[in-house]
Amino acid sequence: MEIWSLPFSPSQRAKLLSAGYTYLHSFSHLSPSALAAGAQTAWDILCEDRTMNHITTSCEDLDGILGGGISCKEITEVGGVPGIGKTQLGIQLAVNVQIPVEYGGLGGKAIYVDTEGSFMVERAFQIAESCIQDIMDKVLQTDDVGVCQENLHVNAILANIFYFRICSYTEQIAVVNYLEKFISAQKDVKIIIIDSVTFHFRQDFDDLALRTRVLSALAQKMMKLAKKFNLAVVLLNQVTTKCTDGSFQLTLALGESWSHACTNRIILYWKGNERCAYLDKSPSLPLSAAPFSVTTKGIRSVASSCKRMRTT
Amino acid sequence: MAGKPISQMGLPNSIANLFQARNILTAKDALSLTEFELMELLDVAMDVVTSAISHISEIACPPCQTALSLMENHVKNDYLGGHLPTRLKGLDDALCGGIPFGALTELVGPAGIGKTQFCLKLSLLAALPTSYGGLDGCAIYIDTESKFNSRRLIEIAENSFPEIFHLKGMAQKLAGRIVVLRPTSLTEFTESLQQIKLSLLQHRVKLLLIDSMAALLSNECEWDQKASRQDSLGWHMSFLKSLSEFSRIPVVVTNQVRAQSSDYASSYPFQVHVRDQSIRNSERSESHLVGALGFNWAHAVNIRLILEAHSGKRFIKVAKSPISPPLAFPYFVSSSGITLETDNGIEVAGPDINTIRCQGMVLRIP
Repeated sequence: MEIWSLPFSPSQRAKLLSAGYTYLHSFSHLSPSALAAGAQTAWDILCEDRTMNHITTSCEDLDGILGGGISCKEITEVGGVPGIGKTQLGIQLAVNVQIPVEYGGLGGKAIYVDTEGSFMVERAFQIAESCIQDIMDKVLQTDDVGVCQENLHVNAILANIFYFRICSYTEQIAVVNYLEKFISAQKDVKIIIIDSVTFHFRQDFDDLALRTRVLSALAQKMMKLAKKFNLAVVLLNQVTTKCTDGSFQLTLALGESWSHACTNRIILYWKGNERCAYLDKSPSLPLSAAPFSVTTKGIRSVASSCKRMRTT
Repeated sequence: MAGKPISQMGLPNSIANLFQARNILTAKDALSLTEFELMELLDVAMDVVTSAISHISEIACPPCQTALSLMENHVKNDYLGGHLPTRLKGLDDALCGGIPFGALTELVGPAGIGKTQFCLKLSLLAALPTSYGGLDGCAIYIDTESKFNSRRLIEIAENSFPEIFHLKGMAQKLAGRIVVLRPTSLTEFTESLQQIKLSLLQHRVKLLLIDSMAALLSNECEWDQKASRQDSLGWHMSFLKSLSEFSRIPVVVTNQVRAQSSDYASSYPFQVHVRDQSIRNSERSESHLVGALGFNWAHAVNIRLILEAHSGKRFIKVAKSPISPPLAFPYFVSSSGITLETDNGIEVAGPDINTIRCQGMVLRIP
């Protein structure tokens, strides 16, 4: 029986036709979820989530409050005052995503979009070296040191960090649009870090409504990339002051509408003399804080005795 | 890249003409609109818009490099791996070699603490031949407060590098490599920056110094409006960064200080206990100084060196740097510029590294 003889409204008929169903028997056996193309049941999503990947931050406490680390398929926003360690965290994640699967990592590649010029290759080199050293230390306790040494090399890690230097908001939008094609070609990219997403949007934008529209389009595209390629998106943000109840407080930049765009939000702040990370927004985890430290080796837990020493 | 006209991007003629007809001429115009808006404006189907936008984005996007190729380029092309040694051993070690190329370094501190002295020494170091540890090039010194003093420059040179300055004509040659500009307003400064870009390659400029950035803004009429003050710097921040990266030179900018104002925020909404404490400590905060150019600027600079005074001594602190630990070095100003009392820095834990103090010293105003 053909579709036009069935009792459908014109718009429903048009949708079925555009999806390719012309006869009743071609879709009569399909379940509702299959017809609603792209829908998933909650059970399927739960099964997927159980196997969801996390990228470790190298700090156990921080991994703890994040449920294992930075999650793939989600946008995580990280904000804080200048000098607290946002770029350090970004570089640490770009290295940690490359930890091979057999050592608890994702074995993936990283894309680092730098809008401020704060990515220093020497620091990435230091962090990569320390990451390899940590893996070797763990491996020494078991076996196959030789195999490990061959596969892990600092230059290989640096070669898997794809770096884009962005000088205007137009380039920022262009790179986000281009990433879909880039990632399809590259394969294995498991994290995109934008450092920072704020810089170019804080100046030369007279029309704030336009800025909100452009930013939300950007956020949607990033979300699509995260879901399609099963990777993590980390956006580093700056701070600004906000007046509430007559007192001035710190808050992340780019406004109220932007704060809805991310799935998770982490705020890095000073607590006394210690650096802390506060999970400020999460769909499934409780809001909590964890201390961390920035050492010569990168981001580490506070409990470890290797505090950041001057390099000799 | 962002300014490239759409007509030159190789789009199919039909679409290119539509863009032209609607006055969307550059990548910036096209990418500022959402795809839905473009679809309405150009009256074409969504998939046509999507493919046009992805084509434009691919062309407007800067080229991708790997971190490895970045490092190899630095090692190959940059002198000393991309650093200008300051001749202050402790500081150079902390900064992994010296003031980095391709990054914005800020010197912030109260009046009379030694920022200009530091800048004079740096401009000299840029002019010195490579055999003496310099960059063998020109230095551009943008002096907005009329602090540049040639006699002091020669004094520093004679006392720091006596062996060079005894050579005949050396003083003239080296001093001749330092170009001093004195813009009197923000507009003049903007124009001179643009001219600098053009002449950068011709004259082998190896260092750009701006002393000081804050003075330019304090001359403008909109001093009271904090928002516009920060916005007017936005373009300059981006321009200076792209200048330093494009030509691989260090850019050093000095900043003034001002008292912590009543709208200074220091805590987040979730830090309830901190807020209560800070209300009790508000009298103490009056002795605290902050950088004059605000949060935006503090985020934008890559390396921040704070010069402060307390306990009867002066300290230079590495407050913000991706590659250095938070160290403070005591120093004094002498005939040969700035000298560190010790090369072993004092490690400063916590947010104290960012505070600027000016207590207990009678500061000489030059």
